Amino acid sequence: MIKSIILLIVFLTVSLNAQLAIKGEVIHTMTGEKILNGVIVVRDGKITAIGSSEQVIIPENCRVLSAKVVTPGLIDARSVVGLGGIFNQAKDQDQLERSAPMQPELRAVDAYNSLDPLVEWVRQFGVTTVNTGHAPGMLISGQTMVVKTYGTVVDKSVIEVTKMVVVTLGDSGLTSKGSPGTRGKAIAMLRSEFVRIQNQINARKKAEKAKREAEEKAKAEAKTTGEESEQKAEKAKQSDTAKTHSPRNIRDEILEQVLNREVPLLVYANRHYDILTALRLAKEFNIKIVLDGASEAYLLTEEIKKANVPVIVHPSMWRTFGDKKNLSMENASILQKAGIPIAMQSGYESYVPKTRVVLFEAAIAAVNGLGFDNALKSITIDAAKILGIDSRVGSLEVGKDADIALYDGDPFEYTSHCTAVVIDGKVVSSTSH
Amino acid sequence: MNKWIMFVIFASIITTFADKAPPQAFVGARIIPVVGEPIEKGTIVIQDGKISAIGVTDSIELPKNTVVHDATGQVIMPGFVDTHSHIGGGGAGDSSKPLHPETSVFDSFNVLDSAIQKAQAGGVTTANVMPGSGHLMSGQTIYIKMRDGRIIDDLVIKSPEGKFMGGMKMANGTNSIRQAPFPGTRGKSAALVRGLYIQAQEYRQKIIDAKGDESKLPPRDLGMEALVEVLEGKRIVHHHTHRHDDIMTVLRLQKEFGFRVVLHHVSEAWKIAKEIAAAKAPCSIIIIDSPGGKLEARDLDWKNGVALEKAGAVVGFHTDDPITDSRLFLRSAAFAVRAGMSEQAALYGLTMAGAIMLDLQKRVGSLEVGKDADLVILSGAPLSVYTKIDETWIDGKKVFDRSNAKDYLWAVGGYGAGDNRPVEYCCYGKGKQ
Repeated sequence: MIKSIILLIVFLTVSLNAQLAIKGEVIHTMTGEKILNGVIVVRDGKITAIGSSEQVIIPENCRVLSAKVVTPGLIDARSVVGLGGIFNQAKDQDQLERSAPMQPELRAVDAYNSLDPLVEWVRQFGVTTVNTGHAPGMLISGQTMVVKTYGTVVDKSVIEVTKMVVVTLGDSGLTSKGSPGTRGKAIAMLRSEFVRIQNQINARKKAEKAKREAEEKAKAEAKTTGEESEQKAEKAKQSDTAKTHSPRNIRDEILEQVLNREVPLLVYANRHYDILTALRLAKEFNIKIVLDGASEAYLLTEEIKKANVPVIVHPSMWRTFGDKKNLSMENASILQKAGIPIAMQSGYESYVPKTRVVLFEAAIAAVNGLGFDNALKSITIDAAKILGIDSRVGSLEVGKDADIALYDGDPFEYTSHCTAVVIDGKVVSSTSH
Repeated sequence: MNKWIMFVIFASIITTFADKAPPQAFVGARIIPVVGEPIEKGTIVIQDGKISAIGVTDSIELPKNTVVHDATGQVIMPGFVDTHSHIGGGGAGDSSKPLHPETSVFDSFNVLDSAIQKAQAGGVTTANVMPGSGHLMSGQTIYIKMRDGRIIDDLVIKSPEGKFMGGMKMANGTNSIRQAPFPGTRGKSAALVRGLYIQAQEYRQKIIDAKGDESKLPPRDLGMEALVEVLEGKRIVHHHTHRHDDIMTVLRLQKEFGFRVVLHHVSEAWKIAKEIAAAKAPCSIIIIDSPGGKLEARDLDWKNGVALEKAGAVVGFHTDDPITDSRLFLRSAAFAVRAGMSEQAALYGLTMAGAIMLDLQKRVGSLEVGKDADLVILSGAPLSVYTKIDETWIDGKKVFDRSNAKDYLWAVGGYGAGDNRPVEYCCYGKGKQ
C-alpha cells in the first residue's frame, strides 16, 4: 500500500515535468525482458519512467509518440560518418590523411562535419550514437570519438573526444611507394614506435628517481652542513626539473595513453594472420585492443577469446575483395557463440554507399545465425559496453539518456520503417524511412 | 534369337531415357509466375530445360516417370534477371580513347569467378555483363545464363540465329569525364558521341547503297559493324546515367539516332519520371544503402522505383555486382517496396522487366509453358529478410542447393569463398565433367 502511494507520488512528479512519452506495442529495453504495450516517459533528456501501460501513466500535456516496436537509439560501433563526406570529393574526405604512415595525434573532433547529410542519413534509421573517426588505410591513421548524431556544435554532442587510436594491418595499411610496403615492415614500425615511447617513459622514470635521490641527498647534506647547502639543494632541484620535463609532444602523449591502457587501439585486420599479429602486439606491450573488421576471425575464435579482445565485426554486406575475400555473413554469429564480445559496424567505404547503415548490417547478421536478440544487442547495449558508454546509452532504463528509435514493424525487416528518432529527449526525426 | 530381340528393345528403351531425362515436378509450392496471378498451391513441371506445365496442383496430371519434388511451404519464382553486372571481372575499352564500340567484355570474362556461384546463390539466372562506365562507350556487353561453364561460350545466350547476344555499354556524366583524349565537359561528351553515330549512319548508308555488291561495300570496320547493329535496333544501348540533365541528354541522342536504349542507375529519375515514361525508355535502377559516394549520385533515392512505376515506365533492377552483392538481389526489390513501390511491380522488376530490357522476354522472366526452366525456390515470402533461397535452377538443371555444403559456402561466405571455383578436370582417368 505504502509502496504504491510512493509510486503514485513518483508518477505525479514525473507528470508535472514530463516532456515526451513513447508508447510501444513492443519495447526492447535490452535489460532483459521486453515490455509489451509499454510506455517510456522522458524528462530533461533522460528516461524518468518505463514500464507497461498499466504501471506507467502517461502524464498530461506531453507529446506522445506511438510505434509498433521501440528500441534504444542504435549505436554504430565503427563509422567514418561526418569525416567521409557525401560527395566523395577530395575536399570532403577527411577520414584519411596520407602524409605520413603514423599520425595518432589526429583527432576526430577536429574533422567532424556534424551537418554532413550522411550523419542525418544514419540518424533517420535510428542511429543515435557513433564511434566515428579516422579510417583504416594508414598504419596509424588517427583517433576516433564517440558522438551523438544530432546538433550543429560537435563539442556539445560529443561523448568522448578520444575513444580509440586506429591501426591498420594487412594490405590496406601498405603502400607501393615507401614504407610500410610489407607486413613485416609495418609491424616493425609499430613495435619500434611503442618501444620508443617505452624508452621515453623509462628514461623519465629514471630521471625522476635520480631527482628524488638527489633531493634526498641534498636534504640530508643540508641537515648536516646548514643553510648554505639548502640553497644549493633548491638550485639542484630546479635544474633537475628542467631536465625531466621535456617539451610537450601530442603524438607521444596519445601513444603513452595507449601504453597506459587508457586508450585502446582499434586494430583493423581482416586476414587470419593479421589478426594474430594484432593479438601478439597487444600481448607484447600489454595494451588494450579492439579488433575492427576481422573478416577471418571465425578461424581464430579460441585465440581471440583467450586474449579477451572484443570484435567490432565488419558490415555483413561488405564487398568481398582483397583482404576481405573470405568474409562470412556468419562471422558475427560464430564469434558471439564463442563468447567473444561483439558489436556491428557500418565501417568505411571508399565508394558507394559512402556510408552503410548499421541497422541493415545487423539485420543480415541476424538472419545468418546471430538471431534477432543478439543482433539487436550488437547495435545497442553490447556496442555500448565495448565503447565503455553503457552507463549512459545502449538500453532503455530510468536515468539513462533518452535515445530512442521507433519502428512500424520488425526493425530488421526490409520493408519496415524507422518512424521516429529521439536523442537526449528531443525528437530529431519524425518521418518514415 | 529372342534374347537378341529383347536386348535390342531394352537397349533402345535405355537410350530413349538417356536422351530424354524424365520430367521433374515441383509440387505444392506458392508459385509466383510474374506474368499471371500467383498460384497458392501450385505445381510446375519442367522437361528438356523448358517449362512443360504450370498450374494449380490438383489440375496438373504428372507423366508417369516424373521426378517429384515436394515444395510445400516454399515459394517458386522465375530466375532473376540482373540487367547490369560486372561479374567475371571483365573489361573492354582501355584508356586510349573514350569510345570503343569494337571491344567486348566477351574476351575477358573469367568463367571460374566465384561471383558466378554467389549469383546463383542469389537466384540470378540471367545477367547482362558489362564493361565499366569510365568511357562514353566502353564496349559490347554479353547476355549470359549463370551456368557452371568451362568456357565463356557455355554461358553466353545465343539468338535464334545462333549469334551471341549482347548490348552496347555507354555512359555520360562524371565517370567518363577525364584527361584528354577523354572529354572534359558534358558538352564535349555529347558531341563526341554524336560524331561517332553520324559516322556509323554514313557507314550504314554505304552498305545500303552497295545493294549487296561486294565491290561497293565500305571496308570492314569492327566498331562500325557493331554500331550498325545498334542503329538497326539489334543491339540495345545500356546507358549509365545519373543526373536528371544527363538522363535527358541520353533521351535526346536516342531520339536523334533512333537507337534502342535502357537507362541504367538513373539516380535522379524521380525528378523526370514523366519524361522517361513518355520516351518509353526502360529504367534499370540500383538500390544503394546511402546516397552520394560520387557527385552525380547525391540525390539517389529509393523512391525511384515507385516514381517510375507511377509514371508508367518499365522498371527493372540491377546489382552492378560487385557494387551490390548478387546474393542480396532480392533485397534491392524489397527496398524499392520499402520506399513505396508495389510488390507486384518490384517482383516484375527482378524478372520480366529485366528480360524485356535484354530482348529475352520470350525465353526468360516469367513462369510460362515453353519458357526456359529457370527457377528460384524460396523458403518464404520473397521480400522478407528472413527468407532464404533454397535452390536455383537454370535450363532445368539445379545450379544451387543451399543444403549442399559447397553451395552453402558460396551463399554465406567463409574461407575459400573468395577463390575461383575449383576446376574439376574433365578428361583425365575416370573423372567426369
